[in-house]
Amino acid sequence: MGSGRFGIYGGQYIPETLMSAVLELEQAYEHWSRDLDFVNELNTLLGQYAGRPSLLYHAKKMTADLGGAKIYLKREDLNHTGSHKINNVLGQALLAKKMGKRRLIAETGAGQHGVATATVAALMSMECEIFMGSEDMKRQALNVYRMELLGAKVNRVLTGTATLKDAVNATLREWAGRMADTHYCLGSVMGPHPFPAMVRNFQTVIGREIREQMIAIDGKLPDAIIACVGGGSNAIGSFYEFISDEQVELIGCEAAGKGIDSPENAATITNGAVGVFHGMKSYFCQDAFGQIAPVHSISAGLDYPGIGPEHANLYDRGRARYVPITDQEAVEAFEYLAKTEGIIPALESAHAVAYTTKYAPLLKQDQTIVVTLSGRGDKDVAAVARYKGVSASE
Amino acid sequence: MNKIREAFSAGKTFIPFITGGDPDLDTTEKLLYALYEAGADLIEIGVPFSDPIAEGPVIEAADQRALKAGCTIEKLLNTVSRVRPNIQAPLLFMTYFNPIYTYGVSKFTEHCAECGLDGLIIPDLPFEERGELLGPCTTQRLELISLVAPTSNDRIAKIAKNSDGFLYCVSSLGVTGERCVLSHDANHIVEQVRLVTNIPCAVGFGISTPKQARDVASFADGVIIGSSLVRIAAEHGRDCIDPVFNFAKEVKQAIGQF
Repeated sequence: MGSGRFGIYGGQYIPETLMSAVLELEQAYEHWSRDLDFVNELNTLLGQYAGRPSLLYHAKKMTADLGGAKIYLKREDLNHTGSHKINNVLGQALLAKKMGKRRLIAETGAGQHGVATATVAALMSMECEIFMGSEDMKRQALNVYRMELLGAKVNRVLTGTATLKDAVNATLREWAGRMADTHYCLGSVMGPHPFPAMVRNFQTVIGREIREQMIAIDGKLPDAIIACVGGGSNAIGSFYEFISDEQVELIGCEAAGKGIDSPENAATITNGAVGVFHGMKSYFCQDAFGQIAPVHSISAGLDYPGIGPEHANLYDRGRARYVPITDQEAVEAFEYLAKTEGIIPALESAHAVAYTTKYAPLLKQDQTIVVTLSGRGDKDVAAVARYKGVSASE
Repeated sequence: MNKIREAFSAGKTFIPFITGGDPDLDTTEKLLYALYEAGADLIEIGVPFSDPIAEGPVIEAADQRALKAGCTIEKLLNTVSRVRPNIQAPLLFMTYFNPIYTYGVSKFTEHCAECGLDGLIIPDLPFEERGELLGPCTTQRLELISLVAPTSNDRIAKIAKNSDGFLYCVSSLGVTGERCVLSHDANHIVEQVRLVTNIPCAVGFGISTPKQARDVASFADGVIIGSSLVRIAAEHGRDCIDPVFNFAKEVKQAIGQF
């Protein structure tokens, strides 16, 4: 069995043409992640460009309203470009530079990762091409323009379901055709090794800050950490630091779309089965014949039929649990947080907020929950208006 | 000598590929006979997958059509059983690992062997990951074909020494699909393989004309043609048998000159 396993999950299930690229990346990452100058350079960028550390905000009104656990929001939405995606992109782009690559390619669903990649490519004077499903381009038209404004070329992906999974297919194909000068800046803890471990490591800054901030503010670790899961990068970034702290409950919220019993959902752990796709062994939404299922979520970022292999392993081990949240629940949470705390979360993050509104009342007042707000919701305002039948043009 | 090696023993080998179940299984059956009659020495049958990441647009579209028409592994295995007694050339499945994994690796290899299939090509199962399928393949005497690419470099020796049947040499970077100009990478790969083993080398990806096939046959043991056949099949639908036969025959003649 190849390298990069989390239990039975992970691996490098990719065409031979791409093997040299991932092996080169693996070696480069091993080398540079131990290089003090690289680490310092990345930390400087995270501090001075991305705006880290992100705030840990005590949501007092939400806490009082729900009447249970004390709720803290980890404000990844306040990072430059408006989501946690920048943490990973800064790491990978810096690494790509060290590897002598001058061009970044990336998939995007909601556009958050595409915007982050286009942003950092501009900062580092790199060429940038983003692959995006044509369905998502419709849903997130403003983000398409945003990426173009930043100097990236956005390629429309028309194949398959024309959403995130097809954007990943297209980016993998592009990479197989051109890898000498090009780095695939994968946006989540998925794909072939070393991506799941490397992207996790670039995102663990979230969890490390949560630990420091909770100790400073509350004098103890949180009782639960709640984050949304598509591929699962903000969730693993939040969870990883606490895996060995067994008393900290780790909860991932996946997209149940129109309901887990409807065909239109993306609840991978709830409804999926173990399989091999996009370079990794993990859980996938698929039919009885192993064909990858067309999935649905109101949030383009969770509209993905798989989950990162480390999450699959955390689930099997019982160390984390994964709960389905419907479109309707996410939209209600989106509005709830806006009205209660004056914070508009990304629809992805609203899935985590939704479960918090269910779970906090079940805990005692001396218990604490940290909810990772992975991104801000400005990009989703039009989509929510459409969902509510309100006519709003940008 | 096993059947696949034998197919390489009588001159340059012509290996056509078609997507199983496109546009339907009846047509696939007729196409298999037509390709054999046109001189195919070995035939690759693509088992459709929803997300074939090593394929270009022509084969991806064929996969989508076949899936829409209801093609499954089980149905394709039935087709193989039916044609098997009348086709002496080795038959191989080319597909992705997930449909096999879901079918059950042991059950799949067992059924493939029962139906008379000779080998498997799984593009998303590189050397490091093939262990899971190699054991069951060996048990069932199915050949698991290895691939090498222009980027394989120092991996070529390791892969070539540990491969069975023939070595699938990927002609150029990127995905499957017709190319106007073939790169010289394939020639280089074949030379490197020859340094370490005498396994037959078949070259695929991008070969789309009889002339290109002849050029490849000048240095390789076999020529794999996929996308141009699948495109002809797509253009003619159920009436594709004659045009596919004619094209296959032209290719066979072109490479038969060596």
